[in-house]
Amino acid sequence: MQHGKYRFIVGFLALPLGLYALFVVWPFIQSIYYSFTDWTGLSPEFKMVGLDNYRRMLDDQIFWKSLQHSLLFALLVPVVTIGFALFLSFMINVGGRRRKSGPVVSGVRGSSFYKIVYFFPQVLSIAIVALLFAFAYNPDSGAINSFLRGVGLDGVQPLWLGDPDLALWCVMAVLVWSTVGFFVVLFSAGMASIPADLYEAALLDGANRSTTFFRITLPLLWDTVQSGWVYMGILALGAESFAVVQIMTTGPGGPDYSTTVMVLYVYQRAFRDGQAAYATTIGVALLVVTLAFAAVVMRLGRRERLEY
Amino acid sequence: MKTTEPPASLPVTKIDLPAGGKRPRRGSDGRVLNVFSHGVLVLWAVMVVLPLLWAVMTSFKDDRSIFGSPWSLPDRLHFGNWSRAWTQANMSDYFLNTVLVVGGSLIGTLVLGSMAAYVLARFDFPGNRFIYYLFVGGMSFPIMLALVPLFYVVNNMGLLNTLHGLILVYIAYSLPFTVFFLTAFFRTLPSSVAEAAFVDGASHSRTFFQIMLPMAKPGLISVGIFNFLGQWNQYMLPTVLNTDPDKRVLTQGLVQLAVSQGYKGDWSGLFAGLVMAMLPVLGAYIVFQRQVVQGLTAGALK
Repeated sequence: MQHGKYRFIVGFLALPLGLYALFVVWPFIQSIYYSFTDWTGLSPEFKMVGLDNYRRMLDDQIFWKSLQHSLLFALLVPVVTIGFALFLSFMINVGGRRRKSGPVVSGVRGSSFYKIVYFFPQVLSIAIVALLFAFAYNPDSGAINSFLRGVGLDGVQPLWLGDPDLALWCVMAVLVWSTVGFFVVLFSAGMASIPADLYEAALLDGANRSTTFFRITLPLLWDTVQSGWVYMGILALGAESFAVVQIMTTGPGGPDYSTTVMVLYVYQRAFRDGQAAYATTIGVALLVVTLAFAAVVMRLGRRERLEY
Repeated sequence: MKTTEPPASLPVTKIDLPAGGKRPRRGSDGRVLNVFSHGVLVLWAVMVVLPLLWAVMTSFKDDRSIFGSPWSLPDRLHFGNWSRAWTQANMSDYFLNTVLVVGGSLIGTLVLGSMAAYVLARFDFPGNRFIYYLFVGGMSFPIMLALVPLFYVVNNMGLLNTLHGLILVYIAYSLPFTVFFLTAFFRTLPSSVAEAAFVDGASHSRTFFQIMLPMAKPGLISVGIFNFLGQWNQYMLPTVLNTDPDKRVLTQGLVQLAVSQGYKGDWSGLFAGLVMAMLPVLGAYIVFQRQVVQGLTAGALK
């Protein structure tokens, strides 16, 4: 197998590796370098300014706001999404009525139907979902307020995305709406592989359903939950939150920067304000937050591996 | 989850026995739960479907009734919205651009990704591990960080606002996961077949294209679906790298339309465009439901 081996390896790796290095690795290295310069991005000239950008970042009120919002996104959105998805998938897989001579726990009737429907938002572009909800949230003619009027709640007509106190929650709710189905399907697959006789034994011993959930389902599913948590957190810090915040709360990122997240702030500084170097500095901060988030979740979630 | 300490053995043994260990509650417990769970499940299904149905319904209404009564059924089906969106609002162009970009980058991603993964999975050479982790590391860092310099890299190469430039960037950003997934996949394939082919005089590349690639088909389908949805739904990369109005992809074009609607006010046409962008993926999902779910969940787990 030695003949021509290295020529083959080089030939097969050159193109993918070259493309990856050029468009991913090289810009990534550059951005860390640029964070120590005063580059505007508009002209090729720049000079080194040391830690000036980092000092400036620490004094930047909008940066702290965006950091706060990003942390909220990374912590709250995955917890709500995963918690709700666990609840729904437990209902789907264990909530079924006991049928004669069937297994002691079973899925509800139509469980595959629910799984298909819940997954709908996952295949849609987050940009399209964000647009749709931007219309639905419209205070005058949107579906939500008009629904509230329809059921007699004329007095309750929030501004939704126009209200600085509400806008961030509205945006997060959209992210939850669009991701829950994915985790329902993911957790259902995990639950389906838990042997039914574990439930059989527990129910025989008089355990109720919520006990079986916390003592059997959740521990056996923990690995999936944890990797889902990290995955969702990285999404909520990065691309997904960019799309929802940028599309739904146009302008400066919500009234009075009330929804700005770190990714959006990087984008605005770089491509709107012509401050490429400062933008990459915030990008580095985002990288630190992302890595710290993943490390914390992995650490908190560490427990003994269960086999069954 | 601080309340449950790691069970030493199977968790079942930890459940406390109630006095007498009686079993009569089971039947009624199941029934109450059944009603409750169906209620919750139906409610969430409605919450998922209702916004989508609302969009479809709205796409058939005229502007006046969209604003006047958002929840009423259309007085008649205004198909004009759809044809207006398709021709005047450039949805047909956006569609074509998206098909070209996603088609090109999907093929490129699969070919280049499987080539790199094959070499990394089956050949020993110095630097193998390093290159592997270089690829895989790309999965965890925020794209946004690289996006600013990337803009200038693409610009300097004269690839800004071109479809082939977008294709190359899509491929580059799809490689980390693709290589990661396919490397694991190629490792599981039996090596005896490849060795036999090689002994028979096939070259390395011929062995790859004629024997290994067909064997890797299930893996290629999974990772292909994952990349298809990701690239079709991509919003951030085209927003930054592709500002020429004629080259817009679907997501970008729709968002631009919505922003400029503030002046033109063709809301019904915009809704028609929105639904046009949703229906093909939803339709494809319903048809290929099993493969899509497998492809996407495999993506998250491995």
